[in-house]
Amino acid sequence: MGALDVDYMLGLVPVLLGYLPLTLQLASLGMVLALILACLFAVIRVQRIPVLNQFTVVFISFFRGTPLLVQLFLFYYGLPQLFSALTVIDGITATIMGLTMHFSAYMAESIRAAIVGVDRSQTEAALSIGMTNSQLMRRIILPQATRVALPTLMNYFIDMIKATSLAFTLGVTELMGATQKEASGSFLYFEAFIVAAIMYWIVVEMLSWLQGNLETRLNKAYSR
Amino acid sequence: MIELKGLRKQFGDAVVLDGIDLTIEKGEIVVIIGPSGTGKSTLLRCVNFLEQPTAGEITVGDLTVDVNRASKKDILSLRQQTAFVFQNYALFANKTALQNIAERLLVVDRWPKAKAYERAREILRRIGLEDKADAYPASMSGGQQQRVGIGRAMAAGAEVILFDEPTSSLDPEWVEEVLALMKQLAAERQTMMLVTHEMSFARDVADRVIFIDDGRIVEQGPPSEIFYHPKDPRTRDFLQKILASHQA
Repeated sequence: MGALDVDYMLGLVPVLLGYLPLTLQLASLGMVLALILACLFAVIRVQRIPVLNQFTVVFISFFRGTPLLVQLFLFYYGLPQLFSALTVIDGITATIMGLTMHFSAYMAESIRAAIVGVDRSQTEAALSIGMTNSQLMRRIILPQATRVALPTLMNYFIDMIKATSLAFTLGVTELMGATQKEASGSFLYFEAFIVAAIMYWIVVEMLSWLQGNLETRLNKAYSR
Repeated sequence: MIELKGLRKQFGDAVVLDGIDLTIEKGEIVVIIGPSGTGKSTLLRCVNFLEQPTAGEITVGDLTVDVNRASKKDILSLRQQTAFVFQNYALFANKTALQNIAERLLVVDRWPKAKAYERAREILRRIGLEDKADAYPASMSGGQQQRVGIGRAMAAGAEVILFDEPTSSLDPEWVEEVLALMKQLAAERQTMMLVTHEMSFARDVADRVIFIDDGRIVEQGPPSEIFYHPKDPRTRDFLQKILASHQA
């Protein structure tokens, strides 16, 4: 076993840090879009809005039932082949599309479960004061469901940050792509990938800390 | 003024309300009594469409609605002209006492924030919970929660407040403070329609007591008449059972 090249590892840190923002951007944009889509899907499912409900069921089934990598390849290589106008889809766009749809499918189900879990009396109270369905959703149900769904949603966000590494297969040079390039230049694979791994790890740990804080804040209303 | 004409409610084949005709004058306090499972709560819940009635006509204030032709807008206006107090309080769990009371003013009546919160504070004073303005329901006692529930109903300036067994879920120690608040409202001649098992409240406060059995009004009249000289054997039977259980 050869000794680890620590100097190389330390030198790599600032280089790879330069690619971390892209990784975080992919994940944050993907998360925001996925959340919006997931809320929409969840409300459609809960209120059983005709046609849209059936569409949503099939959508969720497909994006949960197939690997993310297959979906990314479909968006990046597949779509432009069918529709020449879609050759404008670059790796970054395809990644964000893939992450958004893949994770919105999972998140829709946990948001739906959280919505259904809000006590029926909350709905009746809101209706009794003359709220419309959308006021009821926005002001009463979704805020309460958020608290229930938050831990699961944060887990998906963490998962999504790590899933951005698949973008390198579409030629996007984010953290994983950059590491791959560095490693194949230096042949110091272990050093390069362990640095990348630790960077992912630190980001995820910071998020877990944030999650704890958020949960405490959201639970404020429910503690005796 | 509230008027119900031929109000019917069926759940599948089961007839719960079998043609209720009822007029309640402004400022009148009407208590509905009867054996459990005879549609008392369903009657209240039909007035504001928490349950969709099967047939009949509902008038609240100057709005008359044929229940089978009620549009979404009709239902909203019915709900806006009534207020409901729930057996299990049903306060908004994500909102403070103050916000629970102000919510309707802000969202439904679209009052400016400052005005809505000022009104909500005034109501908190009247229900004696000024110090609980920023408390969430989970941290309040059952009695305090139900007082906020009543406060939320008061905010509306509603034609009528519908009370669905407001003290039935309460620990005995909290019943008095809630009844006291309801008496205060009654003294202000707030129109009230109540379902309750508190017979002493009904006797002392109600203008009219209505006995319902099998989805129909069996007998109605002032409390002195219903409680002391009931005409129908079913009323007599029911009252005897209730009084026996209270003395036991």
